[in-house]
Order: sequence, then structure tokens, then C-alpha cells
Amino acid sequence: MNQFVFDFEKPIVELEKKIEEMREYAFVENVEISEEIARLEAKAQKLRQEIYAKLSRGQLYQLAKHPQRPYTLDIVERIIDDFIELHGDRRFADDPAIVAGIGMLGEKKVAIIGHQKGRSTKEKLFRNFAMPNPEGYRKALRIMKLAEKFDLPVLSFLDTPGAYPGIGAEERGQAEAVARNLFEMSHLRVPILIVVIGEGASGGALGIGVGDRIIMLENTWYSVISPEGCAAILWRDSSKFNEAADAMKVTARDLLEMGIADEIIKEPVGGAHRNYDETAQILKENITRHLNELRQFSKDELLDKRIEKYRKMGHWGEG
Amino acid sequence: MVWFRRKEKGVLTTEKKQIPDGLWQQCEQCREILYRKELEKNLYVCSKCGNHFKIRSWQYIAIILDENSFEEQDSNLQSVDPLKFKGVKKYSDQIKSAVKKTGLNEAVVTGSGKIERLPVVVAIMDFAFIGGSMGSVVGEKIARAIETAIEKKNPLIIVSASGGARMMEGAYSLMQMAKTSALLAKFSDRCGLYISILTNPTTGGVTASFSMLGDVIIAEPGALIGFAGPRVIKQTIGEDLPEGFQRSEFQLKHGFVDSIIPRTELKTKLAQIIRLLWSEGDNGSRE
Repeated sequence: MNQFVFDFEKPIVELEKKIEEMREYAFVENVEISEEIARLEAKAQKLRQEIYAKLSRGQLYQLAKHPQRPYTLDIVERIIDDFIELHGDRRFADDPAIVAGIGMLGEKKVAIIGHQKGRSTKEKLFRNFAMPNPEGYRKALRIMKLAEKFDLPVLSFLDTPGAYPGIGAEERGQAEAVARNLFEMSHLRVPILIVVIGEGASGGALGIGVGDRIIMLENTWYSVISPEGCAAILWRDSSKFNEAADAMKVTARDLLEMGIADEIIKEPVGGAHRNYDETAQILKENITRHLNELRQFSKDELLDKRIEKYRKMGHWGEG
Repeated sequence: MVWFRRKEKGVLTTEKKQIPDGLWQQCEQCREILYRKELEKNLYVCSKCGNHFKIRSWQYIAIILDENSFEEQDSNLQSVDPLKFKGVKKYSDQIKSAVKKTGLNEAVVTGSGKIERLPVVVAIMDFAFIGGSMGSVVGEKIARAIETAIEKKNPLIIVSASGGARMMEGAYSLMQMAKTSALLAKFSDRCGLYISILTNPTTGGVTASFSMLGDVIIAEPGALIGFAGPRVIKQTIGEDLPEGFQRSEFQLKHGFVDSIIPRTELKTKLAQIIRLLWSEGDNGSRE
């Protein structure tokens, strides 16, 4: 797989390449330069920290869409044992843009739903670029109802550029499908943990995104429209996504400050796309901790708190 | 070779008919010039083609509620600019000019009133205020209206007219979808009756939350109702959209609205539905 590199990642990648070349040279020529290599590695680590610490909102938005970021099934594969995928909405079709299933998170049973992007061109098309049709939302709801019936907490991974704007989607009630999920998720009688792992685009994300807690990986975004979409509306130019990202304040840090996200989950230095295993491990620890905390509440307490959480959201003045 | 040549010189094409302000109004659908007084009497429905004009929230209140029965709540709630949003214009300036233009504080008017003497709580959106978009205040006012309906055990009616969520409040406006839906779930759990009325246009985040959650969903004839806007869909699929796509009649055919009711019959039908489903002192648990 060719590595995909953003401009701001280039200095790091170049240094890494140099280190790799030196290693090869040392091996082939059998010379002792490990001290030099160690020095360069330390430098690379420092560079990574520096670059990633001061990324702009536009750059973070790009990272969230990085084509090598771990997707829902990459994470599920690493943290869920005995995973069984469940397909179809029992009404019309199976939507590959949303995956759903059941499995074990450590010792505990869980239900999992999540948007699913594709890696290769063929898979991207198959997954419809993680843009769900109504069937996707209805499948997710079916699995959530199953979870409620058998008392399994729900784990929802958000990573979508938006619900699919197509003729069929409208004919089959995209709006109703999203609305129904918001309604049902707000009083589902099991804990729901929302984990934003990439892109959180608008109603397409929120359609499986109502829960007791919202945690976000560090390099992710979540807003009412994508910065590109916003720029296209404001300036008729989607390349101005940097300005739009700043105007709408779309990053994980912004959402934490707005009181919408509850916690930011640190990614490995250089981003989740550089180390799937480590990213999955960090997620597993944090998800387990949150689910354990949520299990402490009675069902009624849980629902009261959930409605209260959303009841408070927003800012207004009383003149 | 020229197929057709105008013989006279200096002929002017005057397709656009000039309409004097005040007395007359043109129907944007059939171009008929209508006498304003007649139009008012016909509840802003074109007598020639049946087009339902976009109307203001106070006009809608007069149409569905008994005379002088409306008592507004939370009219003091005002939008602030939580993100200090600046696009082409500053959001704070947009709010100011919308307030000035509409005489309203926000894109929804809420309160209590009566329909044929039956008590109701209403939330009526106003498209003239930044395209009826939903930001924090619209979400909050609707949430409070639902709470009033819960408290008074009265039926709830929401009239939607909106382009969707308000971009200038970023994720805050997105979360209003969850907030209003969560309160509707609470209302529904207490057996509250909610009638949703969809008017032209109802799209985006408003359709994908409270608008589509009515126990009964009514649409005005010919209203644009959908999730994605037609322009976005056209761009995505690169094809022309079918005739009548996303209109009320399309939504009825596909099973997403219960009934299309012309504005002139709306009040009577609303009272009928309320009488059939609701009774005084109701809204308890059925258990």
C-alpha cells in the first residue's frame, strides 16, 4: 500500500525515509552507526510531536479523512472478540455503509454499530463511501432494539461524510430514518457510548450518534456540515475549507470546549493511521472504562441523565 | 438562413408584468395576478392554481387558532453568536437584520392556544427569519413548548418551514435535532399527542428530527419536503430529478405523510384529529 502523505506530514516522512536508508546501509555495509540512528529517531519523534501539536483546524479535518485511518471494522477486529456481524434492516436491504453486530469487549457482551468506509476503490463503492441510505439507519436501530431486549450496551462508531443524498434515499425516507433513530436512541434502555473515530458529518453522523457519552479521537471532526460544504455555501469555493473549519469550530477540542464531547482520546503520535494496534488498544481501555461507569446507573437514572445532557445543549440569551 | 424575422423595429418584450405594491399580488406558480384582499380571505392560497403561498408565523396562528386564544411563551429568547461566526457576513449582523426585517426574535413562535375550543400548544416556524433555520434558540423554544405540552397535558402542534439546521452555530445547531427529538420521546412516553404540519419548504435537519416524528403528519399541498436539497441531489447523481420529486404528493405516495390537507380545511381537520385521539386530562401512562 502506498503511503498517503499530506503536505504537513512531509518533513516527518522524509526523516523516516532517511532513517530507514541508514538502517539498510548499516546492515549491508556492516558499519556501526546506531548512535546516529537513535539521534535521528529522537529527532523524528520530536518533530512529530511539534507538527501534530500545532495543526490547524483545516489540517485536523484532513487528518480525520486520511485514507489510511483505521475504520470501524479495523477497530472492531482488534478490540471485539467473537464478533458476529448482523445484516439487513428486515424491510428493504442491507446497507454496507453501516455495519452492525454483537461481540465481547473483554469479559462483557456488547452490541456494535458504526459507519464503514472502504479502502480500495471497489470497496469504497461497495460501502458507498460510508454514506448511509435509510436502510443503514434502520439496520442500526434494529440492532439497538436487539441490544435493549437482551440488555447489551451499545457502542457506536461515527465516521461518515454524510447521509447519502440520492433519489432512492429520499423515496425511502432518509429524513424519517434519521429522525426515528434520534427519537429511539434518546430513550433506549441500555447504555449507549458514542465514539467519533473519523468524520462526524451532520445528520448522517447524528443518526447513530445519540448516547450517554460522546468521546472523540484526537484527530476527528464533528459538525452540522463539512467544512468543504460550508465553504461551498459561503464562498462558492470548497477549497476554502480551512476558513470554514475555523468559522464552525469543528475539531474534537472545539467540541469538548462547547460541552458536546465528553472526552478526547489521545491518538498515537503522528495520528491513528500510523499505528492501528496502538489506537485500538487505547480505544479499548477508554471504552471499557466508560461502559463500566455507565453500568453503575439504574435504567431510569441513565435515561434521565441522557435527556438532560441534550436538554442543556446550545447557547441563547434571554432579553 | 434566418427562420424568423421580426418585421417591426423597437418591439419590447414585457413578459414581466409590473404589479403595484399593496393592492395586488402575483402567484409565483401560475403568474396570475391576485387581488390581495381575496387572497387573504382564501388563506393565501391561489384561487387559480391552488398554490399555497409562504406565509408568516402570525398569519398561520390566525389560520389555525381560535381568535384571540394565542398566548405566546419565551418570546424573549434571542440568538447569541456562540462561535463568533464570520463567513461573508458576521452571524451577529445577520441576526440583527433578521430581527429588524421580521419583527421576531427568532425563526419559531411558540405558545398556547385553542382550536375549536380544544387546548393546544403550538410551535410555528417562520421561514422569513434566516430561512427558518434551526439554531440553539429554535431548538430551545421547541423544547420548552414540548415541556409545556407535557405539563399541561395538551396536544402539541408544530408547523415546520425550514431550510434545515443553522450552519452559523456549528455543532450546537446539529445537537438541536437530538434535543427536540429527545423531548418528543419523553412526551410520547407520556402518551402525548403530537401533530406535525409540513409546509413549503421543510428540509434538512428539521425534517430529519421533529418534523418526521409526529403521531400524525400532515402536509400542505405541493410543499417541498425532504432531507437533502434538490440541488445537492442533482449534483451528486448528475441527473435531472423526476417531476414532483420531494413534493407533498411524493411523500404521501411513499408513505411518509398521513394526509395532504389544503390550508382552507386545516383547522377543521386538526380539531377532528384531536377529538378522535385525545381527551381532556389525558397524557398519562397507559400502563
